Amino acid sequence: MTVIATAASESTNTYPPRTIGLTNVVRSEWTKLRTVRSTYWTAVAAVLATIGIAVLGSTQYVRNFRPGDLEGFDAANFVLQGLYVAQIALGALGVLTITGEYATGMIRTTLTAVPQRRVVIALKGLVYLVAMVIVGEILSFTTFGIGQAILHAKHAGVSLSDPGVLRVVIGGGLYLTSVGLLAFALGTLVRRTAGALASFFGVLFLPSALIDLLPSSWRADAIKFAPANAGTQILNTNRVHDMLGPWQGLGMLTLYGLVILLGALYLLGRRDA
Amino acid sequence: MIEVRDLSKHFGSTVAVDHLTFSVRPGLVTGFLGPNGSGKSTTMRMILGLDHPSKGTTTVNGRPYDAIRRPLHEVGALLDAKAMHGGRSAYNHLLCVAQSNGISRRRVGECLDLVGLDTVGRKRARTYSLGMGQRLGIATALLGDPEVLMFDEPINGLDPEGILWIRTLLRSLASQGRTVFVSSHLMSEMALTADHLVVIGRGRLIADSSTTDLIARSSQGYVHVRTPDVEVLATRLRAAGAVVDTAGDTMRVTGLECAAVGELAALDHIVLHELTPRSASLEEAFMELTKDSVDFRTDATAAIGRAS
Repeated sequence: MTVIATAASESTNTYPPRTIGLTNVVRSEWTKLRTVRSTYWTAVAAVLATIGIAVLGSTQYVRNFRPGDLEGFDAANFVLQGLYVAQIALGALGVLTITGEYATGMIRTTLTAVPQRRVVIALKGLVYLVAMVIVGEILSFTTFGIGQAILHAKHAGVSLSDPGVLRVVIGGGLYLTSVGLLAFALGTLVRRTAGALASFFGVLFLPSALIDLLPSSWRADAIKFAPANAGTQILNTNRVHDMLGPWQGLGMLTLYGLVILLGALYLLGRRDA
Repeated sequence: MIEVRDLSKHFGSTVAVDHLTFSVRPGLVTGFLGPNGSGKSTTMRMILGLDHPSKGTTTVNGRPYDAIRRPLHEVGALLDAKAMHGGRSAYNHLLCVAQSNGISRRRVGECLDLVGLDTVGRKRARTYSLGMGQRLGIATALLGDPEVLMFDEPINGLDPEGILWIRTLLRSLASQGRTVFVSSHLMSEMALTADHLVVIGRGRLIADSSTTDLIARSSQGYVHVRTPDVEVLATRLRAAGAVVDTAGDTMRVTGLECAAVGELAALDHIVLHELTPRSASLEEAFMELTKDSVDFRTDATAAIGRAS
């Protein structure tokens, strides 16, 4: 008994520093992301949708082209329309990255291996978001290149050196990442796949559906600050009147995601897993 | 060494764990026994830091779980066989868990070998049988070669061969000097596997003693008697200090030896039709021990309890 007592009191005084091998956790989370099929399905769906829509849209445009069409035509934005579909697939991946752990019970294994809950979930999010930036940027630049090549047949295309265009194309990948942050944050908060997907679609699409129900004095602000409206300003080559600026808007969308994520991480430490 | 001190857990108005105090020592298999819903899993989850105690503390090797750096090297746990993503292969499941604690790929392979899953390690966990899932869960627990091991109902749903395998594994882990804490609702299984038993019911500690002591203490034998003169004999036996339960023309006598019952009957010239020494089974002993603390007793189990 004395042995036990000594051991206990010694360790009370000498808790080792709560250092966590951050690289270990990152490596682990990367393995998790690359070893489930949903990662590849959603990435393939996003790539096919974005490039497919760009090819179809540009081909149609070229075929039906009349000289007057060039007036007010935003060629960079036009070929990136498929990102609105890609955001659904890649956002669903962001939700599943975390809710999949709760649904399968893997979360208990994860949190037993790394009891520093907020750290491990934050790093899980980070790994997913880094993957999103890379996939998003490659997708955005590739799609832009393919789309413009088709539009060039009627000299309707633009190049990256044209004013605002590079910002739109870089912004395409960043927009997907920012949507991904929102999805991951909602997944961490809600924990259930169905509920988290519903809230993700709700936050993204519901505000524009509900705007007519608001008092008219609020409408302008509601339109301006709705998450999707704010975030997509980065995809317009020229700034749209009455809306947030491109970087301001993207920042706004990212802020929504960050606030929800911080709230979710706070609750994560307090709730039973 | 696992220590649980004055541990309580409330879910709303339900008390799942109620002022529980016990320790689990190294070198032994300690069984954690209790009926379904008695708080075993909740206690284990609190030891692992998954659930927050409403009151009290738990420590592993003298430290709260979340103060342990790279815990897989100190504690291995099997909470339920399904605590893994079914779409991942066994190898990849073990790999991602191992990486989080800086454990090598070589050790992942070793653990797959150890539980006999080396030939199916590349198959997705979803395709595994319950027994294979349990083996993978145990491989996960063994990854960091930990001193302390916790298994929640590891034999649930296993075939006899699997049960024997787990029993042998638990014994060998303990004989290596490790702390082995294993929950079950089957007394008979624990009697074969555990050196020490912690018994709980409705979240409260009922017994904390060595398995042999507990069995000796609680599976007290009794004498089964059948006689036409139940009333007279019962009075006589009670006067001699026995505890007598009568039912029809039979009675169950505890506190007196078979011979003493026969001699007392002979004194009054009471005819005996049957006089048999009986020993209670382990399951009966366990039911006796926990009868006041079973959450959901059905009429059937109540009837079985009486019939014994």
